[in-house]
Amino acid sequence: MLRLPKFRYLQPKSLAEAVRMMSDEGPDAAFVAGGTDLYPNMKRRQQVPKVVIGLAQLKQLRTTKGKPAEGMILGAGLTLTEVAEDRRIQRAYPAVSKAAELISTPLLRNMGSIGGNLLLDTRCNYYDQNYEWRKGINFCMKKDGKICWVAPSSPRCWAVQSSDSAPVMVAIGAKVKLVSSSEERVLPTADLYKDDGIQYLNKRPDELLTEIHLPPTNGWRATYWKLRRRGSFDFPVLGVATCVRLAGDGTVEHAKIVLGGVGSHPIEVTLSEKAIIGKKLTEETIHDAAEAAYSPAKPLDNTDFAMSWRKHMARYYVACTLRELGGLPQNLPYSETGNNVPALRVFSSGPFS
Amino acid sequence: MKPTKKKANGKPAKAQICLRVNGEPVEVAFAPHKTLLEVLREDLALTGTKHGCELGECGCCAVLVDGRPVLSCLVLGVAVEGHEVTTVEGMAEGAKLHPLQDAFAELGAAQCGYCTPGFLLTAKVLLEETPQPSRERIKEALAGNICRCTGYIKIFEAVELAAARMAGKPAEPSKESIYGRR
Amino acid sequence: MGGANGAERKNLRVIGKPHRKVDAASKVTGQTKYADDLVFPRMLYTKILRSTVPHGRILKIDTSKAESYPGVKLVLLGKEMPIPYGALPVSEDEHALAIGKVRMMGDPVAAVAAVDEDVATEALDLIDVEYELLPAISSIQAALDTPEPRIHEYGEFGNIHRRQVYEFGDVEAGFAEADYVREDITFYEGSTHLALEQHASVAQFGHDGKLTLWTCTQDPHYLHRSLAKVLELPQSHVRVIATTNGGGFGGKCDPFAHEIIVSKLAMMTGRPVKICLTREEVFYCHRGRHPVLMSTKTGFKKDGTITAMHHRTILDGGAYGGHGVASTFYTGVLQPTTYQMKRYKFEAVRVFTNKAPGGPKRGHGTPQPRFAQEIQMDKIAEQLGLDPAEMRKKHLVPSNSLTVNWLRVGTMGLGKCIDKVVEGSNWKERFRKLPYGKGIGLACSGYMCGAGTPIYWNNMPHSGVQLKLDRSGGVTVFCGSTEIGQGSDSILAYIVAEVLGIDPFDIRVVTADTDLTPVDLGSYSSRVTMMTGNAAIQAAERAKELLVQAVSAKLEVPADRLVLADRRVFDKENPEKGVTFVEAVWLAEAKFGTLGTVGSYKPPAAPGKFKGSGVGPSPAYSYSAAVAEVEVNPETGIVVVPRIWMAHDIGQCINPVVAMGQIEGSIYMGLGEALMEEMTYRGNRNVVHKFPSFLEYKSPTTMEMCDVITYLIEDQDSNGPFGAKEAGQGPQLPVPPAIANAIYDAVGVRIDEVPITPDKVLKAIRAKAKGQEGRYGPTVFPHCDMPASIFVPTPEEGGDGKAVERQPVLA
Ligand SMILES: Cc1cc2nc3c(=O)[nH]c(=O)nc-3n(C[C@H](O)[C@H](O)[C@H](O)COP(=O)(O)OP(=O)(O)OC[C@H]3O[C@@H](n4cnc5c(N)ncnc54)[C@H](O)[C@@H]3O)c2cc1C
Ligand code: SF4
Ligand code: FES
Ligand code: FES
Repeated sequence: MLRLPKFRYLQPKSLAEAVRMMSDEGPDAAFVAGGTDLYPNMKRRQQVPKVVIGLAQLKQLRTTKGKPAEGMILGAGLTLTEVAEDRRIQRAYPAVSKAAELISTPLLRNMGSIGGNLLLDTRCNYYDQNYEWRKGINFCMKKDGKICWVAPSSPRCWAVQSSDSAPVMVAIGAKVKLVSSSEERVLPTADLYKDDGIQYLNKRPDELLTEIHLPPTNGWRATYWKLRRRGSFDFPVLGVATCVRLAGDGTVEHAKIVLGGVGSHPIEVTLSEKAIIGKKLTEETIHDAAEAAYSPAKPLDNTDFAMSWRKHMARYYVACTLRELGGLPQNLPYSETGNNVPALRVFSSGPFS
Repeated sequence: MKPTKKKANGKPAKAQICLRVNGEPVEVAFAPHKTLLEVLREDLALTGTKHGCELGECGCCAVLVDGRPVLSCLVLGVAVEGHEVTTVEGMAEGAKLHPLQDAFAELGAAQCGYCTPGFLLTAKVLLEETPQPSRERIKEALAGNICRCTGYIKIFEAVELAAARMAGKPAEPSKESIYGRR
Repeated sequence: MGGANGAERKNLRVIGKPHRKVDAASKVTGQTKYADDLVFPRMLYTKILRSTVPHGRILKIDTSKAESYPGVKLVLLGKEMPIPYGALPVSEDEHALAIGKVRMMGDPVAAVAAVDEDVATEALDLIDVEYELLPAISSIQAALDTPEPRIHEYGEFGNIHRRQVYEFGDVEAGFAEADYVREDITFYEGSTHLALEQHASVAQFGHDGKLTLWTCTQDPHYLHRSLAKVLELPQSHVRVIATTNGGGFGGKCDPFAHEIIVSKLAMMTGRPVKICLTREEVFYCHRGRHPVLMSTKTGFKKDGTITAMHHRTILDGGAYGGHGVASTFYTGVLQPTTYQMKRYKFEAVRVFTNKAPGGPKRGHGTPQPRFAQEIQMDKIAEQLGLDPAEMRKKHLVPSNSLTVNWLRVGTMGLGKCIDKVVEGSNWKERFRKLPYGKGIGLACSGYMCGAGTPIYWNNMPHSGVQLKLDRSGGVTVFCGSTEIGQGSDSILAYIVAEVLGIDPFDIRVVTADTDLTPVDLGSYSSRVTMMTGNAAIQAAERAKELLVQAVSAKLEVPADRLVLADRRVFDKENPEKGVTFVEAVWLAEAKFGTLGTVGSYKPPAAPGKFKGSGVGPSPAYSYSAAVAEVEVNPETGIVVVPRIWMAHDIGQCINPVVAMGQIEGSIYMGLGEALMEEMTYRGNRNVVHKFPSFLEYKSPTTMEMCDVITYLIEDQDSNGPFGAKEAGQGPQLPVPPAIANAIYDAVGVRIDEVPITPDKVLKAIRAKAKGQEGRYGPTVFPHCDMPASIFVPTPEEGGDGKAVERQPVLA
């Protein structure tokens, strides 16, 4: 049985107490919400906090506030199931509920929080291994070691941003609220992330993520396509979150296209956006946007699937999201057959969505 | 949870919590870094809850906490203080099997039986929430439980059979599912 | 009844009915005790320190810090267990803990027994091991190219563990007769069992000098022998109790290091000792599907008649022998059981590499060559412009015949299987007629129902059953067989109940305990129903005989008029006249004394008489045909399998619902191997396993599982109990090639290796679009020096199944 290392567990009764505990305990402490990221990492000794501060009991983190027209506020502690099944979110922010629904498994979504999802540790299959395995390669830069096995000559870590909700939040322009004993700040989700596999967050360890501010729904639409091997369990090896606002005649007024799972942070592909802004969504403009997504997507050999294929898929998925938002058919040779739809199509938002 | 303090030999004292397990109040003491899975199996002798990875990757440790299916390998024991936990041992009502247990037994949906407790508990909640689920809905709800033996088919059929019976229908499994086609 | 095996029995009351399994109630209530569920007072916990290098000499092990760590009771090293062991007597090349050398990442090096698992884990990190690194080998090619350093000192030469060459008739002459000859090179990647239950064992050593080991093994008998040998105990002082296996699939067949380690620790500490491996460690135990590179050269006529086949395989064996020599045979010996071929040559090589060892996984060695053969059949049909279903049907091996390599085939239902899936899938309307992107493919297979020879040479039965009848009317069946989920315990109850006319639930089944139960060789090679079933019939018939004699005397009814049914023994001409089963037992016990009978089974002698002819023969062969439907997205290469039609020739269902479960499970595993499962290593990074985890080793979830339409073909085989054959492995084999063939139908590209991942499909589609060959797969078959073949004339050519000096037929 793989077991947790020893640690002290604290259960604060309020947000204030939680942040105070954190500042008292210092850098050896970690917050835990659902624990679906932290506990596996602790069992594998990737993270070994001496103190763990539990957030699951904090009701304040489990609320949903506001109206879509003014923007909704999600408590960071809402479970992914709660986010995925909330009718208002489904209607006003379908990309958010879809991303939540596509995370891992139903069991895990009952535990994992949306906040924890945004803060999810970066992943790499040299790093997400048991202690004994990592010892066998003499560890790596991200934990206990010196070099990066993915790119041994590189001075940095290339672990992969693997949260499904992160690219969506970045694409729609959501903001996050961070609270510590000394200050409170609200920052765009895009600014929460850094292009580094180790220091992947612009967040101090003592800051508590309390809220996610979804923007007002004023005409933009967004979608999220996730690529993974299986219709459940698997982390994204590519996620494409696309948000557009179309003028009455269909001209793209605003576009944000963000790739997840192919870099250490959610990657905004501005060239793809440029290819469609001011134009209508047609097969030609979509093709241009998709081509422009090809080179910024830089998957490395540290996740599932062959990296060249994942790179190719960035192009394909960008096109799929745009066709979906532009109301164009997905051009499959047999897309009209609706009977016996295999799981991958409906659920994992795979290429057949 | 009673505060943990250092014992003489340097080991942290055990945490002691009260909770309800399968409908009964239980008091249990254990090392505070233990997961619910370990507490159930090692401190409460409820070995019906299985483990195949301890990392949230297989689903066979599923139990219900306050009626919700969760992975006991990723829940801290001390975090369920005051909550209600249901394990496979608590599914039958007295000597009477839960209709899902009955259907699983009837259709051979438990081959090696190792994944079975996790499937049963997850399916139980599915049927509470969606009494007549479609095959697609069943697949989605059970997508967090891996079974290496059955190919899931008999499990799907058992869930459908139980659903029909729980709705008061005198349902029988289809002939094809038992005898195949000939 | 007719033969000893009840094959011609009529009016079956239990057999063929969908009874619950005898262990169903305990499994659905969480009551079944698996090895890790066992707890004993004063029990210690063990963790194993494993090698962190792929190949190296151990220079120094310092255990002093670990030994003095509070809570540690003992640190064990290899030198305490110097005797090597292994699944097969020909390759006993393992030590429970490394002695002098490690051969793979994860090789056991030291073990700690401590008061709890936390302490044991912490202590592992206090053991210092110094290695001298040796060059590591991570591929077949590297093994062929790198004779030094040798991973093992035994074997053929260099890093070649084993070579086998058999030739049945002169293949060159066969090729000369052919209208066409084609050679296809294919690759089947390794995969693992991934049973949900992680291996666990508990050992206890009594002050009477006796050892008991509870462990999740599929083969307690073979383990029993290895344990006694390594621990230097008399076999009679060792008791192995195989706990219900939480899935096996062949992964719990070998004797494992951890089983020996806990036993040794129990002996040394005098306390019960337990271990439960982590998932990562289970990956290191492995013994799964060998990666196999294959070249299949086939000569055929315009109507599809196969004039000769020359089939070559190279197996990546990993670091140890295990069952590997048998696996090597199985990559070729069953090729001739489906279609007639006039001549057959089979060459196989197994190499050592610094990876987790291959071994017996569901279908043991046979899914790989079936894949090669069945995709080639599809290509041959295409080349000849024939319908692949029709072409196959025309050239089937006939029932009751000898194959070219001297295997005796009894009933052969493959033709019926093909008919069923062709009809069910609407094959004729759909094959080559679906829109681009959708496809349908067919493949077939045959499989053994039990190996004809045991793993170590002996003349004794392969399976034994004892029956005890007591005054309560209770019947207890004792048998060494092991329940791994396939229903072997239930099979015993059904069969005995059928013969004795009682209910299966009147019977108690005691299995898999080397002290209490007669030997059964184990749950492998689909042998259990066949062999324990026949043994159970014999024991039950003998018990019936006692009951009938006693009742006949009492009722004054001739014995041949007495029937056992509905828990009674009665006169079939006057059913009123009879006694209850309990009364019958009383009468018999009064007449004969305490009641007990035995039965045993040994497979028929193999027709082949050449060296190596022991691998392949089986009392019967099951057959299966599958049609797979696929949808391929040509822009991504992603393949989805919505549905599979499977027809399986099972002989006779002992319990149809159990058989259905076996078939559906086989399809599941075949689907996984076809599309996603693979054991991969990073050759350039210390040969680490790329992802020894449940998450990254991809096993299909409910979302990938296809719909299944199963046809059961019952064509009773006279060797099977009540005519039964097997269902647990055979139906897996046609699944990967059926999917590959369907992909060709969908998008016109050949993927000649598994797993068929989207990148491979896309590469092939793109190559084809550029006017290149629309194919993905290996292109070269490496050279390896081979010995002269063992040459055996085919049955058609005459001879007596013995090897002869080669006499080429060519002019
Ligand atoms: C088998 C498996 C599959 C998975 N698949 C997916 C997937 O497909 N997609 C995906 O996106 N994720 C996946 N995950 C990862 C994870 O389950 C989810 O990201 C989940 O949402 C994490 O939330 P949590 O509450 O459990 O996080 P925790 O483990 O509780 O926390 C994660 C991190 O965030 C910190 N943290 C949590 N909450 C706060 C807060 N409010 N303020 C400050 N810090 C905080 C913790 O200290 C920790 O470092 C998977 C995990 C597993 C085990
Ligand atoms: S990217 Fe490199 S440094 Fe980062 S986790 Fe992977 S191997 Fe380690
Ligand atoms: S043990 Fe595998 S998910 Fe918990
Ligand atoms: S019944 Fe064996 S894993 Fe599901």
